[in-house]
Amino acid sequence: MKRLKKQSYIFSAVLIVALFVLVTLISTTVFKRYHNQLLVLVCIHVVLAVALNVTVGCLGQIHLGHAGFMSLGAYAAGLFAKSGIMEPGIGEFLVGTVIACVVAVIVAIIVGIPALRLKGDYLAIITLAFGEIIRVLIEYFDFTGGAQGLSQIPRLSNPPFYLALTIVSIFIMFSVMTSRHGRVVLAIREDEIASDACGIDTTKAKVFAFALSACFAAVAGSMYAHHMGILSAKQFDYNYSINILVMVVLGGMGSFTGAIVSAIGLTVVPELLREFESYRMIVYSLALILIMIFRPQGLLGRKEFQVSKIIQYVTSRLGRNEVDHV
Amino acid sequence: MTFLLQLLNGLQLGSIFALIALGYTMVYGISKLINFAHGDILMWGGYIIYFTIPFFISMGLPLWLSVVPAILFCMALGGVIEKIAYKPLRNSPRIASLITAIGVSLLLQNIVMKYIGTGALTIPKIFKANPNLPVSVNFIITVVTTAVLLTLLMLYMNKSKYGKAILATSEDYDAARLVGINVNTSISLTFVIGSAVAAVGSLLYVAQYAQITPTMGSMLGIKAFVAAVLGGIGSIPGAVLGGFLLGIVENLTRAYISSQLADAFVFGILVVVLLVKPTGIFGKTMKEKV
Amino acid sequence: MKQFKFVPVVALAASLFLTACGSDAGNSAATEASGDTVKVGALAPLTGDVAIYGQTTLNGEQLAVKEINAAGGINGQQIEFIVEDEKGDTTEATNAYTKLQGEGIVALVGDVTSKPTLAVADLANEDAVPMITPTGTQFDITAGKDHVFRVCFTDPFQGLMLAQYADENLSVSKVAILTNNSSDYSQGVAKAFKEEAEKRGLTVVAEESYGDADTDFSAQLTKIAGVGAETLVIPDYYQKIALIASQARDAGVNATFIGPDGWDGVVEQLEGNTEVVDGALFTNHYSVKDSAEKVQNFINAYKAEYNENPSAFSALGYDAVYMLKQAIEEGGSTESDAIVSALSGIQFDGVTGALTFDADHNPVKSVSIIKIENGEYNLDTVLAPK
Repeated sequence: MKRLKKQSYIFSAVLIVALFVLVTLISTTVFKRYHNQLLVLVCIHVVLAVALNVTVGCLGQIHLGHAGFMSLGAYAAGLFAKSGIMEPGIGEFLVGTVIACVVAVIVAIIVGIPALRLKGDYLAIITLAFGEIIRVLIEYFDFTGGAQGLSQIPRLSNPPFYLALTIVSIFIMFSVMTSRHGRVVLAIREDEIASDACGIDTTKAKVFAFALSACFAAVAGSMYAHHMGILSAKQFDYNYSINILVMVVLGGMGSFTGAIVSAIGLTVVPELLREFESYRMIVYSLALILIMIFRPQGLLGRKEFQVSKIIQYVTSRLGRNEVDHV
Repeated sequence: MTFLLQLLNGLQLGSIFALIALGYTMVYGISKLINFAHGDILMWGGYIIYFTIPFFISMGLPLWLSVVPAILFCMALGGVIEKIAYKPLRNSPRIASLITAIGVSLLLQNIVMKYIGTGALTIPKIFKANPNLPVSVNFIITVVTTAVLLTLLMLYMNKSKYGKAILATSEDYDAARLVGINVNTSISLTFVIGSAVAAVGSLLYVAQYAQITPTMGSMLGIKAFVAAVLGGIGSIPGAVLGGFLLGIVENLTRAYISSQLADAFVFGILVVVLLVKPTGIFGKTMKEKV
Repeated sequence: MKQFKFVPVVALAASLFLTACGSDAGNSAATEASGDTVKVGALAPLTGDVAIYGQTTLNGEQLAVKEINAAGGINGQQIEFIVEDEKGDTTEATNAYTKLQGEGIVALVGDVTSKPTLAVADLANEDAVPMITPTGTQFDITAGKDHVFRVCFTDPFQGLMLAQYADENLSVSKVAILTNNSSDYSQGVAKAFKEEAEKRGLTVVAEESYGDADTDFSAQLTKIAGVGAETLVIPDYYQKIALIASQARDAGVNATFIGPDGWDGVVEQLEGNTEVVDGALFTNHYSVKDSAEKVQNFINAYKAEYNENPSAFSALGYDAVYMLKQAIEEGGSTESDAIVSALSGIQFDGVTGALTFDADHNPVKSVSIIKIENGEYNLDTVLAPK
C-alpha cells in the first residue's frame, strides 16, 4: 500500500514536470502566436470548468452565475494592473490575482450564506440573477469604464506561466476536494438531510465550496484580463456561464478529469472546425439534452484518471502480485 | 398624471410578464421543473405569428386571428418538448432536468438563429390605434386579455375534471397516482396549457413591441420567472399578481430612480423575496420529504 | 485508494496532444513570402448577435476584391482574401486575428464592431500588421497606434457633429438623450454630444438609458415626453431604433429624432411602418441619393451581386479594400512599412467621400446628414470637415 502510494506520487510528479517542460519547449519554439493564444485560452477554460465543477459536480448545486464571478476577478485584477502600483510582470500578476480572489470570495460569501440555504432550483435562479446584477453594476459605475469597458490593461504574454498556474490551481482544488472538507461537500451532494443529521454544518460547507469555486473563477478572470488586455462587462454574460456549464456537464459532473478534458476539447475543437461554427450552438444544446437523457452523469461520470491504477495494472501484468489490493 | 401614466405602462408590461409567469408557475407546480424553454416557446409563437400574418392580410381577416395558429403550434411544441426531453427525466435528479431545460431553451433559440436569421423582424400593427381613448388600445386589450385568461384558467383548474387532476398531481404525485389519476396526462396537459397561454402572450407582445428576435424570450422568460417566484411559485393568482408587481416596480424604477439600475432592482427584489419569504406572496410551505 | 487520483497529468497530455495537432495543421500552411498573390485578411462577425452588420460589411469588401481581381489585381498580383468569423466576441476576434497573422497576411481589413476591433488593433499594432477597420468607430481604436487606420469617423466626432447640427440647423434649445447601457458605441456618441451641446448652451433636459435586452422603453419615453424635449438623440443601431421609435410616438414624444450612422437601415427594418421615423435625421458616411458616378456604380454593382441595397457598412467595407489597394500601389510594396507610410499620406477618393488621415489616423472627411422622409433617405446637408 505504502509503496504504491509512493510510487504513484513520484511517477505523477515526474510526469507533470516532464509534460510541463515539453509543452513549454514546444510553445516557445514550434508554436506560433495563434497556438499560444489557444493554449492560454485552454488554460483559462480549464480553470473555469474545474472551478465550476466544485459547485455543480461536487456540491451538486446548479450555478448559473459563474461568469459573473469571473468578471469580478477580471475587473479587480485589471483595475489593479492599470493603477500602476506595481510594474507589469509576474509579481504584479500574482498580487492582482490575490486581490481578485479576495474580492470574489468576499462577494461569494455574502451571496452564498443566504442563497445556499435555498434548495437547488432557487439557487440556480438566484445565481443567474446575481450574475446579471454584477453586469449591470459594472456598466453603471465609472471607475470600471462603464459600457466602454477597461482597455489598455498591461498585458502579460507568458503561456508557460499560465500553464503552470493552471496546474497549481487544479492541484489546489483537487487536494481540497479530496480532503476532509471536500468529503463533507460530497456528503451533502449525496444526501443533504442525512449529512445534516450527522452533525455537519451544511450551510457552512456549501458556502465553502461556493467560495472556492468563485475564488478560482477569479483566477481565471485575472488570467483573462492579463492575457487579453481588454474587458467589457457584456462578454461575461449568462451565455458564457452556460458554455462553462456545458463543459462540466459533458465531462462528467464531479469528475475533475472530465471537466479538464471537456474544457480542452470544447475550446480546441470549435477552433479546428471554424467553418461549422453556425452549427456549434445547435450541437451544444442537443448534446446537453441527449447527455442528460442517456447519460446524466456525463461522459466520464465521476471517474478520474489515476496513475495508481496504471501502476497497479502494469505491475500486476508483470506478475508482481505482492501489490496490496485494498 | 405622469405617475399614473407610468403606473399604466407598468401594468401593461406586467400583464405580459403575468401571462408567461402563468406557464412557469403551473409547470413548476406539477413537475418541480423550471422550464427555461418557456420564454422561447413564446418566441416561437412570435415567429409563427410573423409567418402567418401575410395569409390573414391576403384573406382580409383581422390580424389578431394569427394567434390561432400560434396557439396550436405552441401547444404542440410544448407537448412534444415534454414528451421528448422532460418525461424521460422525471425520476432523475432535479439538476438533470434543469440542465435539459437549459438545453431545450438554447436549442429553440439557435434553430431560429440558424434557419431564420439573427436579425430582428418587424410585425405589422395588429390593433388599430384609436386616438379617442385616454389610454392606448394595446393597453386595454393586454390587461383585459390577461384578466379573462386568469379567470378562465382558475375556473378550469377548480371546476373541471382535468383541472382538478392537475391540482391533485401537483399536490402529491404518488397519492394522485394511487387514486387512479393519470399523472402523465396531467403533466402533459399542464405543459400544453402553459404553452397556449404563452402563445397568447406572444400576440400581446408583438402587438405592443412589433419586433421579434431569436433571443427575445430569454430575458422575458427570466423576468417572468422572477414574477412567478415573487407571487409564490405554484400559485396561479400569485403568478399574475407577481407579474403586475414586477412590471410596475420595473417601470417606476426606470422612471423615478435610475433607468440604468432597473434590472439590478428587479433581480434584487428576487433576492430579497427568496431570503425573507422563499415561498413568495401566495406560496405554500412545502414539507421536505426524506 | 481514491487519494492517488492525480489529474493534471491528463490535462497536460490532452492539451499537448490537441495543440500539437493544431500546430501541424498550422505548419503545413506556413508562410511563404508572398508568391503570386497578395494575402489580405478580413475579420467580421458572421454568426452571433451582430452577424447582420458583419455580413453586410463583408459583402462590400468581397465586392471590392472581386472587382480588383477582375481588373488585374494589385500591381499585377491577385488578392487572396482570407475571411475569418469572429462571432462578435473579443476573445474569438483575437483567436481569429492570430490565426490570420500566422498565415502571413500583408494587411488586415476589419474588424467591424468596436470592442473586438479594439482588442485586435492592439495586437496588430504590436505585430506591425497594417490594419484598416471599415466601421470601428470607438476613439481608442486608432489613437496612438501607428499601424491602425479607419475609414469611418469616430463616435465622439459624430456626437459633436450632431450637437452642432442640432444647434445651428435645427435651432433647438432643449435636447434629450436616450442611450444603450451596454453599448460603447451608444455611450461614446452620447458623451461627446452632451459635452458639445452644453458648450453650445443647449439644455439637456433628460438623460435616460436602457439595457441591451430591453424591449419596453415606455418609462423612459414617457419621462422624456413629460419634460418637453425638442430633440431626442438615440445613438444605437437600427434594430433597436426601430423598436424605440415605434414606442416613442405612442408615449407622446414629438421631438425630432437625431442619431449617428447606426440609423442607416432603420427604414428597411420598419418595413412600411416608417411614419414613426419620418423627419428623423442622422449622420452618415454617404448618401445613396448621391448622383456621383462612383456612388451609383457601387450601388448598382452591389445590387447586381447581392440583390439588396447596400448599407453604409457595405460602402465602408468596399472603400477599405480600395484604400488598401491604393496604398500598396503607392507604396510600391507589400511590406508593412511601405503600406503604413503610404496610408498615412493617402489622398483617397471613395464611395464614402474624399479623405485624408489626421495624426491619430482618423479620416478627415465630410459628413452627410440624412433626413428620412416618406420612407426615403434624402440628403439634407453635407457638413464639411473643420
